[in-house]
Amino acid sequence: MEARLKLRNTKSILFKAIVIFFAFLVTIPLIVVLLFIIKQGAMQINWHFLTNVPVPEGEKGGGIANAIVGSFLIITVASVISIPIGILTGIYLSENPGTKLSYFTGLCVDILQGVPSIIIGIVVYFWLVKPLGFSGYSGSIALAIMMLPIVIRSTEQTLLLLPPSLKEAALALGVPYHMVILKVILPCGFAGISSGIILSIARIIGETAPLLFTAFGDNHLNLNMGKAMESIPRLIYTYATSAYEEQINMAWGASFILLMIVLFLNLFTKFITKKWNIQF
Amino acid sequence: MDNNKRLDLSYAQLKWDNVFKFILVVMSVILLIIVAGVLVTLVIQSSPTIKSIGIKFLWGNQWNPVTNAYGALPFLIGTLLTSFTALIISIPFSIAIGIYLGEYNTTGWLSNLLKNTIELIAAVPSIIYGFWALFVLVPIIKNFQLAIGVANYGVSVFTASIVLAVMIIPYAATLSMTLIKMVPSPLKEGAYALGATRYEVIKSVILPYTRSGLFAGVLLSLGRALGETMAVTMLIGNNSAIASSFKNIFFGLGSTMASVIANEFGEADHTLYFSALIELGLVLFFLTVIINLIGKRIISLYNNK
Repeated sequence: MEARLKLRNTKSILFKAIVIFFAFLVTIPLIVVLLFIIKQGAMQINWHFLTNVPVPEGEKGGGIANAIVGSFLIITVASVISIPIGILTGIYLSENPGTKLSYFTGLCVDILQGVPSIIIGIVVYFWLVKPLGFSGYSGSIALAIMMLPIVIRSTEQTLLLLPPSLKEAALALGVPYHMVILKVILPCGFAGISSGIILSIARIIGETAPLLFTAFGDNHLNLNMGKAMESIPRLIYTYATSAYEEQINMAWGASFILLMIVLFLNLFTKFITKKWNIQF
Repeated sequence: MDNNKRLDLSYAQLKWDNVFKFILVVMSVILLIIVAGVLVTLVIQSSPTIKSIGIKFLWGNQWNPVTNAYGALPFLIGTLLTSFTALIISIPFSIAIGIYLGEYNTTGWLSNLLKNTIELIAAVPSIIYGFWALFVLVPIIKNFQLAIGVANYGVSVFTASIVLAVMIIPYAATLSMTLIKMVPSPLKEGAYALGATRYEVIKSVILPYTRSGLFAGVLLSLGRALGETMAVTMLIGNNSAIASSFKNIFFGLGSTMASVIANEFGEADHTLYFSALIELGLVLFFLTVIINLIGKRIISLYNNK
């Protein structure tokens, strides 16, 4: 009896040890990747690297200003497109649960969340690039479609958490419905919605596949979004497999910058959600 | 006079109310249009191959744009092999994280630290994993391939699976953590009162209670793995022939549906080639959407319970 109890206790302790071992083993690949990128990339970063465009293959120097500007413009336009649609759809879903339209819209959000990014890329290629040519705008549309599900779900979740008495009180005072939503409900859910938006930007800033056949790439600094445009992830993809040492080093530098942006956006979201105590 | 003004104002408000509600509906409909548009575009653009090759496309084992022979089998094998290998590697880790954060250590700094680390794993862009693996993992695999007697390119189905495994851990891990936390404490307390050890409680109360939810988490991870493009494209070697032995398939060069689209879409030079690639996209679309919807459905059943 005594021996059996001992065995069961040992088993329990052993199991806990195994669980802890596996759980913490996962952190190793992340740490290894982060340290490697920081080690390889940090020394590439200087003012010249950030403000110049790539030089021809094999030459020394050059920077990734074209990719930084391109990524910034593409993401900005993507946000401008997807944030209003996302928030308004999120409001519809939280205000009208149970209707047929909200059921199908919800279904579409789920579908869109699961669609591989490369497929969004080729579909937008047929919508915009085939008739109009490669352009920064087409890249923005592809990324906007990828952002939508995250913005919609975070808006919906945030608004569902608000107490209904807020809305009822405003309506009882005779405030029209659209004012209740815009002036009462949205400001209350501001923190949750904005952290959802930042999170969605963090997700799409590293997306490469949708940009391969839409924004394409350009070695020159280009501010015209109607033309092909370079972006940070696509630059990494092109240079990572290059035969030239200089280009590979530029890719490390670009990876470092991309990683820092993603880490910063994630920490920032953490900070907002913690401060306002939001749960997703 | 005063009364009329008020009446006008409320009419105007009523009008704006309706306009606002209408805008909300329009926005929701836009989403339906996007998803329908994606599906319709894929079907229309792949119709040349659907017409000329038909259902044979799915199990044809030749992919040769020069002779216009298009079969998806090499890519189906590559996609399923990488995804399931990655899944099998990742499951022990994600379940362990779920049990640790959901049962052993639910609060405190260590638990928060691990939780944030897991979220960061999901946040790092796949292109960075691919780039890192190309320079760190590939040389290691090269030696390994040399040892087992496979052409040692370093890039292979196996290499892609390892990186993919790391990338998909967070999806199942966070979900299993949430579900394990939700197990009602009276159930656990009942088991403890009967003299069960912690391991026995986990094995015979927590895991059976959360079984279908854990399965849903695994499905979501699988959906991620199937559609993952960049890291896999960089690491799998992009070979569209089916190797002769399993050893060569698994440790040799391969291709997935997503990677072949990423690689060949830019160079497709005739209609049939183009539409064959789109049809691969269509197959991939259905595969990921179905797996994701099943996963989501199971989770929503959970939330209602």
